[in-house]
Amino acid sequence: MKIRLLLLFFAVSIIGFSQDYFPTNTSVKTSASHYQAITNATLHPAPNQQINVGTILFKNSTIVAVGENIRIPENTLIHDYSGKHIYASFVELHSNFGIKSGVADGRRGRSTQYDTKREGYYWNDHILSDYNGIIDYSYDKATAKQLRNAGFGVVNSHRTEGIHRGTSVFVALNDNDNDAIRLLDERAAQHLSFTKSKQSAQYYPGSIMGAMALLRQFFHDADWYKKGGASNKDLAIEAFNVNKKLPAFFEARNKLDVARAAKIGKEFGIPLTITASGKEYEHIENLKALNAALLVPVNFPNGYDVTDPVSTQKIALSDMRYWNQAPMNPAVIAKGGIPFAFTSNGLSKKTTFLANVKKAVKYGLDKEKALAALTTTPARLLGKQAIVGQLKKPAMANFIVTNGPLFDASSKIEENWVQGRQYKIITSPEVTFDGKYTLMLDGKELSLVIKNSDSKIAATVKKDSIKLSTKATYKSGWMSLQIQNEAKDAYAQLSAKISEASHIEGEGTSFDGNSIRWMAHFNEATKDKKKTKKESNQPSPVAVTYPNNGFGFSSLPTAQNTLFKNATVWTNEAEGILENADVWVENGKIKAVGQNLTAPGAIEIDATGKHLTSGVIDEHSHIGASSINEGGHNSSAEVTIEDVINPDDINLYHNLSGGVTTLQILHGSANPIGGRSAIIKPRWGEDADGLLYKGAAPFIKFALGENVKQSNWSSYARFPQTRMGVEQVFVDYFQRAKEYQTAWKKYNTLGRKTKAKTLAPRYDLEMETLVEILEGKRFISCHSYVQSEINMLMKVAERFGVTINTFTHILEGYKVADKMKEHGVGGSTFSDWWAYKFEVNDAIPYNGAIMHSQGVTVAFNSDDSEMSRRLNQEAAKAVKYGGVSEEDAWKFVTLNPAKLMHIDDQVGSVKVGKSADLVLWNNHPMSIYAVAEKTMIEGVFYYELDRATAHVEKIQQERNQLIQQMVEAKNGGAPTQKTPKKQAREFHCETLD
Amino acid sequence: MKKIIYLLSAFYLSFVATAQQTPAPIQSESILIQGATLHIGDGTIIENGSLGLENGKIVEIGSSTSITNNYTTQIDATGQHVYPGFIATNSTVGMVEIDAIRPTNDLNEIGTFLPNIRTIIAYNAESKVVESLRPNGILTAQIVPTRGRIAGSSTVVQLDAWNWEDAAIKTDEGMHIYWPRSYRRGNPTKGEDPLLYDQKNYDKQVLELDAYLKEAKTFTTATDKKHLPHAALQASFNGKQQVYLHAKEKRQILDGIVFLQKHGLNNIVLVGGDDAHLILPFLKKNDIPVIVSRPHRLPNTADEDVKLPFKMAKLLMDAGLIITIDVSGRMERMNTRNLPFYAGTFAAYGVDKEKAVQMITLNAAKILSVEDKLGSLTVGKDATLFIAIGDALDMRTNQLSHAFIQGRAILLETHQTELWKRYMEKFSRK
Repeated sequence: MKIRLLLLFFAVSIIGFSQDYFPTNTSVKTSASHYQAITNATLHPAPNQQINVGTILFKNSTIVAVGENIRIPENTLIHDYSGKHIYASFVELHSNFGIKSGVADGRRGRSTQYDTKREGYYWNDHILSDYNGIIDYSYDKATAKQLRNAGFGVVNSHRTEGIHRGTSVFVALNDNDNDAIRLLDERAAQHLSFTKSKQSAQYYPGSIMGAMALLRQFFHDADWYKKGGASNKDLAIEAFNVNKKLPAFFEARNKLDVARAAKIGKEFGIPLTITASGKEYEHIENLKALNAALLVPVNFPNGYDVTDPVSTQKIALSDMRYWNQAPMNPAVIAKGGIPFAFTSNGLSKKTTFLANVKKAVKYGLDKEKALAALTTTPARLLGKQAIVGQLKKPAMANFIVTNGPLFDASSKIEENWVQGRQYKIITSPEVTFDGKYTLMLDGKELSLVIKNSDSKIAATVKKDSIKLSTKATYKSGWMSLQIQNEAKDAYAQLSAKISEASHIEGEGTSFDGNSIRWMAHFNEATKDKKKTKKESNQPSPVAVTYPNNGFGFSSLPTAQNTLFKNATVWTNEAEGILENADVWVENGKIKAVGQNLTAPGAIEIDATGKHLTSGVIDEHSHIGASSINEGGHNSSAEVTIEDVINPDDINLYHNLSGGVTTLQILHGSANPIGGRSAIIKPRWGEDADGLLYKGAAPFIKFALGENVKQSNWSSYARFPQTRMGVEQVFVDYFQRAKEYQTAWKKYNTLGRKTKAKTLAPRYDLEMETLVEILEGKRFISCHSYVQSEINMLMKVAERFGVTINTFTHILEGYKVADKMKEHGVGGSTFSDWWAYKFEVNDAIPYNGAIMHSQGVTVAFNSDDSEMSRRLNQEAAKAVKYGGVSEEDAWKFVTLNPAKLMHIDDQVGSVKVGKSADLVLWNNHPMSIYAVAEKTMIEGVFYYELDRATAHVEKIQQERNQLIQQMVEAKNGGAPTQKTPKKQAREFHCETLD
Repeated sequence: MKKIIYLLSAFYLSFVATAQQTPAPIQSESILIQGATLHIGDGTIIENGSLGLENGKIVEIGSSTSITNNYTTQIDATGQHVYPGFIATNSTVGMVEIDAIRPTNDLNEIGTFLPNIRTIIAYNAESKVVESLRPNGILTAQIVPTRGRIAGSSTVVQLDAWNWEDAAIKTDEGMHIYWPRSYRRGNPTKGEDPLLYDQKNYDKQVLELDAYLKEAKTFTTATDKKHLPHAALQASFNGKQQVYLHAKEKRQILDGIVFLQKHGLNNIVLVGGDDAHLILPFLKKNDIPVIVSRPHRLPNTADEDVKLPFKMAKLLMDAGLIITIDVSGRMERMNTRNLPFYAGTFAAYGVDKEKAVQMITLNAAKILSVEDKLGSLTVGKDATLFIAIGDALDMRTNQLSHAFIQGRAILLETHQTELWKRYMEKFSRK
């Protein structure tokens, strides 16, 4: 502990809280033991309590009594606070107050750091659970003042470094005593995040899903370590196990991360308080189910500067909405029944804290709940409800004094008392001397108008009607005036001690430099010209849509029983292509396919001259995810894309517009063993979990060749660098997985008694995944290019009794199509991509046709957010290059990927009983002129061309409305921000996170 | 369903030792193509038409019955379609062979003002990518430089040549100016959001270009010393060379065009022009042709009509602008062969099919100022054309039986078709 001794000298101890056993060298040691009382104030002891005229009695830092009729002991210093309101001081939970931040690892060099540099700790440098904030803590007066002025009395402070950040300190914002008094808890809470520490350059985790997996593995390891599993010393785990019961706070950076953090908390039974993103209003219902508390910021965004229409055109409607909707976030959270506390974190100026909380109240937040979020809730979330958050015995005497009810527009925090110490925030003058005076100066009569409020003063002096330039100051009861004469060549300097407002009299020098005595007589009070602002109505933000961007639905769409009449139906079944056929959709399923069907109650769609097909399925996509690659290790089987689905990605909507109804979101190709896939349906408007294809077969991405060898960028540090090494990675992992499987089998077959006495093997997320592969429960989709590596992986798999499910890309599949057929693997390829790197030099557009001709199940995929919305065109290339029949070519983007993904029993064809994932085209679906007019997933029309066109109009209207509002706000003096322009980020196989 | 007949059903088993296809010899015989639907390239068609080719030129065109000359070779193209060779503009084929292999990259020159840089010098006439365009009907391409504020000059090439001199049709026909970007993309690896940010140096970069052009204009041959870059710009100043303004955003386009005109550079072609639909009257008033971004791209802003990239051609055409299609973009070289399908996609979203053909034939030729030789089936023009089994804008029927460049019957085989046949042969042996 590094509490500086010097501080003891700085702590000017007038009353001297007892440090009984400390010697004193500056004075005599006898100490006072009096009480203090705040009387005649309106007290708000707790959010739901009010005492109209009450007393708080406290001794030193602790409240002794609160109430209406408190007996005040004789030895009490009484403060009459009539007319004032008193609340418990606020509790700040998220801060790095007084703790210096970590030092960035300044290493240079081209090779990536893959391993930890710490010895005796966890294998990942971003797990800093052994760190305690107290190590670097040093009370910071300047920040303390800012926080106190914002109303806070205590702060929970941690170092914002790392994924596990160690523990925090809990400190009272009391400048007048030393740390011995104000340090309330040196290990108050544990803190976590998904963000790496800048102190270490260790690459893993390189993605959000890696951070999630790391936390999970760490929790498993900590448990196993505790049971004595490890033979090594791990101080990070030991510290974690010691601090495990402390309240846990999680800093999330955005809306999706909030849900991800909550999910991990739920999985491991850790109650979390998570930093809210400010956009919780977008999916509040789903958040509620996650059982986490929220720490809600009030850093509502400024409006944009929309003076330049060219720039304004680039601002996304969703960003404009954020400005418009953000202040309702606390109200929505409160109404959603989620426990929450406010934080000033994220505010560039803490002085705006209360104003923003008031804004939240104006936007519908219940006042009682607002007060709870400032006081009792944060106290409870930190487990400190006994000492802070309420005015009660024996809590600390931490309270704020306001000039009116806290959330009134005009109310201000005048004082903040911390540990019984008074801190004045607004020093009102002792005498108010606002008014109009007659000033006698050099025998001349001048008019003087004084306006003073708080500690500021302004004065106007006029001779007849001519205004004389005047400066006024007021300090410590003294007013001074500096007046320039009419000719502007001389000043009069006047000063006076103000004792009563009706008559001001003092000394000074006149314009000609003579010492004079001057006086001013009070005539009348100034009229307050400012009319009380009309209490504006409660603002009504624009409606939230699903998702909350321009193309969102106003309410979540529901399945419709539908009858498509008279279409050309591409069944993908033995029936082939049916002319003039009807398809009946009921409860999200295909109920009947035939002619002259009638479907009572169903909406009827005339599909005459149109083509109806099953939805397009993209076996290889990277859209709708917040990260794609975890390249921190050469295997990342522990991560899953399911953790990082981003349901707001506009590319999902683009996909719908191209008839896509199912996608496999694959991990990238950064490493030989990649992460687990997410199979999704682009259910536009649902949250992340709502997109997942329920019950789909689990998949994992493998990869071969140049990407995993890191051939095309300067990286020479990670094994493997050759195709020889790539093979060994697989052999090594499969071998270890086999051994892991055996160890667990052995353990699980032990008798109950022996089992209880035997330590279970270490639970390893990576190995668990690989065992699933060995057991045929998880399928492999492997990124591959050249024939040698394709052949290699099949041979390795066969050695371990595994069948590779799909080779994706597989651009030289045509060279080994016979071997693929024999192994039983499918090929999911590009229609015509090549020449982008050396390993695709022999890639040919006939690849699909050749593999197909040899009996391999062939799909065309996109791996590209642009191409995926026109996979129907890509399918047609199988006709062009290699002469695949139209019916078979169409299956390349529908039934065949469904087969490869083991979902062909539910999707991929128009068959009775299958999911109603259907697309209505205005033309032959593989014609270049084909446009998808309607895209249905399980009976829900997620996309309709005419509605989409109408949407563009609606977006324009709403943009105009919000731009008008921003212009008004700017003209009204509100600050603005520069325009960010939203453009969705595209992920490809090679995107490095 | 209509069964498609595959012309290429018989596999031939001979392979040339080199990967590249041998250029065809000069046209020695006269050729009559009979009975086809002729897509003239100007928006019109002739049904059941015939076309005579001699000495590398089109010598006769009309309905099958109106043909008068005698021809040594006749091609029965009944039921098939004849198109002028498609023209790829703003292309970089032949400049980079394999993206990831730096030694194969001859596109990325360093420097800001490079008017003396000429693409034709590095153009690889034997590129495997180049030969892959021909079976899809693309027989001509404009090869452009892409680096620098002033990137240098482009050349129009024909795609069946022994070397670059052989390939050039119109050398150094245009000077390419890449207008400063008014926005830049946030870099996630630097911790920025992947949003667009104001590009702070915009004004400075415009001023630098202004100063450079002013200085270049002082160029004279009257001194002993010759400033090579300045000399290279003179053709643009005196109107002999077109100026291609590469700009996407509204501000870039408006600023760029006004700026160039102020400098007396009036033969302006706009390349990209993603925001062109927002300033149609301005572009029409100034008669600016547009090489419009390919439809196979994503919308630029979150609130745009998701179909806007597909609808751009229709919007610009309706405003009376002359447009063709920019093939640049992600994976642009290998995707250049998809040019006919870009045109087809524009047709799916409102452009008349024959106008879509015109975009990548006559309009492209006009914009490149080679319409005296190319771009339409017109007597006197080069016999650069092809025969397809059906609609060449549709993948399923973009199947070529013959293609001619300057009357030479070119090979439609490629490295890729050879591999196809080789492996089908392998599997047929079982």
